[in-house]
Amino acid sequence: MAAQTSSVADDPAELTRPPVPEEPHPDLALVERAKAGDTEAFEKLVRQYDRQIFRTALHITQNREDAEDITQDVFFKAFQKLEQFQGNSKFSTWLVRIAVNESLMRLRKRKTSKTVSMDQDVETSEGSIPRDFAEWRPNPEQIFSQSELGDILRKTIAGLPPGFRTVFTLRDIENLSTEETAEALGLSVPAVKSRLLRARLQLRERLSRYFRKATEGSK
Amino acid sequence: MNCTDFLAKLTDYFDGQIDPVLLAEVKEHLGSCHHCEVVVNTTRQTIDVYRGHEPYEFPDELATRLRSAIMQRCRASCSPAAASSPAPEIATRRSE
Repeated sequence: MAAQTSSVADDPAELTRPPVPEEPHPDLALVERAKAGDTEAFEKLVRQYDRQIFRTALHITQNREDAEDITQDVFFKAFQKLEQFQGNSKFSTWLVRIAVNESLMRLRKRKTSKTVSMDQDVETSEGSIPRDFAEWRPNPEQIFSQSELGDILRKTIAGLPPGFRTVFTLRDIENLSTEETAEALGLSVPAVKSRLLRARLQLRERLSRYFRKATEGSK
Repeated sequence: MNCTDFLAKLTDYFDGQIDPVLLAEVKEHLGSCHHCEVVVNTTRQTIDVYRGHEPYEFPDELATRLRSAIMQRCRASCSPAAASSPAPEIATRRSE
């Protein structure tokens, strides 16, 4: 038997077969209905993404009341500007981009003498070079109660510069892809990767201070 | 590969976006550098602990209140009267 040498891509039938169309995202149908004036369809979108928008705003502003106001404003603005959403990105990414802009505006209002942007404080070198090389054993969940751990996580992420905090939140907590994070923040993909690395390393270093002590104390 | 080179590849390594040749180099470095191994393990734990313990609650009561306020504003903006008057103040919004 002759050896089969042609690859799948060489198969003429394969080359002429049309690509399988991607399923449209279910949000698109809801957006179209909302554009036509169906407020119940828009309410479904609110239910789907209000938690994500609230958490994103809270992570950036670190202020619960601001996050509540921002969540309302984001969805109201989205509703008013639905016609501008063309479906080129995910609806959730579009909402997150509005939320990030609204949150940064709040920070600017709060710190009237300082400009707050995605670039603020990103030049810090803290944590970029790891200094703590202790393993976390046992696991933090085994050492701290849920509420203690929650306090530590809040304090630790609050200490990051807004530019790092936002990238970490979108990429690692809200699970946006690197590309979606870049789009939501108006940054390049390499800029997101660089900030994500530094955010992760700074958080690791700061958490190590808590967890190393606790680990040593539990020995 | 030294530790600085390794750190430069850490994001791609975590995100599984690293080409096989570099991945082999990363793994070789990790096998021989305890400090970098600790950095990888504890950075992974950092990500996992945040993913597993969302530090900010979003209670049902808050969700209901926000949704109600949002939809009230949206519906008010659709009404014929909205075209000739500004959006109403919503009672559930925090006063400034």
